[in-house]
Amino acid sequence: MKDIADPDLDVSLTELIVCPHCDAVYRLKVPEMGEKAICQRCNAVLIAPRRKAGLKIIAISLATFFLILGAAFFPFLNIDAAGNKNSVSVIDAAFAFSSGPLLLLALATAGLILFVPLIRVVLTLYVLVPIVLDLPPARHAMDAFRFSEALRPWSMAEIFALGCAVALVKIADLATVGFGPAFWMFGGLVVLVVGQDSFMCRWSVWNSLEHPNKS
Amino acid sequence: MEFSGTSQQILSAREMGIVACTRCTKAWPMGTQTCARCGHKMVSRDFGSLQRVWAFWIMGLMCYVPANTYPMLQTRTLFQSDESTIVGGAVELAQHGAFGIAFIILLASVAIPLAKFWAIAFLAVSVKSRRATANHSRQIMYEVVEYIGRWSMIDIFVVAILSSLVQLNTLASINPGPASMFFALSVIFTMLSAQAFDSRMIWDEQAKDEDPS
Repeated sequence: MKDIADPDLDVSLTELIVCPHCDAVYRLKVPEMGEKAICQRCNAVLIAPRRKAGLKIIAISLATFFLILGAAFFPFLNIDAAGNKNSVSVIDAAFAFSSGPLLLLALATAGLILFVPLIRVVLTLYVLVPIVLDLPPARHAMDAFRFSEALRPWSMAEIFALGCAVALVKIADLATVGFGPAFWMFGGLVVLVVGQDSFMCRWSVWNSLEHPNKS
Repeated sequence: MEFSGTSQQILSAREMGIVACTRCTKAWPMGTQTCARCGHKMVSRDFGSLQRVWAFWIMGLMCYVPANTYPMLQTRTLFQSDESTIVGGAVELAQHGAFGIAFIILLASVAIPLAKFWAIAFLAVSVKSRRATANHSRQIMYEVVEYIGRWSMIDIFVVAILSSLVQLNTLASINPGPASMFFALSVIFTMLSAQAFDSRMIWDEQAKDEDPS
């Protein structure tokens, strides 16, 4: 699908795409909708356009936004042992480390599970909504998208959801543990985060930010 | 994706006198400092990156030691109070007969972090040495390390969930120990170390090997 660039041929740089993982150079050829352009050397996905991807990502982002807010404040687990009851929300869990020097850890935890995913959702909406509506890109949209991409490894909502499952197993024989509404919200969140990643073609976003009228 | 010709060879941007943006894949002439499309800083090969890799690696290892020697959880029940380290907690679970969970804890909190330290060190050494193993397996190794790195935070989240949930007045309470902070720092530093590594250097040796001259 995509040709290996010929060193003797003087192609202009805009017709080239370079694999960010292994630095291999290819002649740019945008694949059909639903197809993928994959680096032949390291198998990284370079371009993967999907039909109506922008609209789907916006829908998923909006859903994620409300789920994070809901999941933050509703109780997500409750415990009952010999008449003693306790129920906690994600905010409570994050601030479990709030004594002394562990306060730093509390802030980091709250950031990783709530604020980073929230910031990424807002940035994604800010960048994609004008593109999908065929409007000129929002101001500093490129900086926003770059920042959102840099934050990607630090968004850990789905890891927290799995942490819930592990914690459940650990105390299941100590006490009766029940799920609150936020637990199911976090479950949904994991599915949405994975879905958003599979629709997002980063190259297409950069391309439409660069040439707003062609897309 | 198939090769269009058999004799054609994949060229790296560096050999073509091009510098590429690792954030948005756009190509620019060699020597361009920042990508004009997305504003990301560009270097053809980040040779200083190995120093950053090792600096974060050492910080991560330094934090990993107290993470294992200090208690991770302080459990107070009606009559006793106990402090357990990561390994101690797993041994205790095994003594109660929960071998499965003990094994998972040992795997996730001891084996995987140690394997991560080893893998990053191996990759950083391998780009310097001449006798390098298959590039493909090294690339996969790098991707696995980058992917798994974040998942080590799960331990910290479990401690956070347990210590906020199990607060049952006098009956039982669980509180985080100092090891939790060191463990979190260790995970963050190893993530930074893996991110600092310039994976394009893995493939440079191969390009040299294939060169007939």
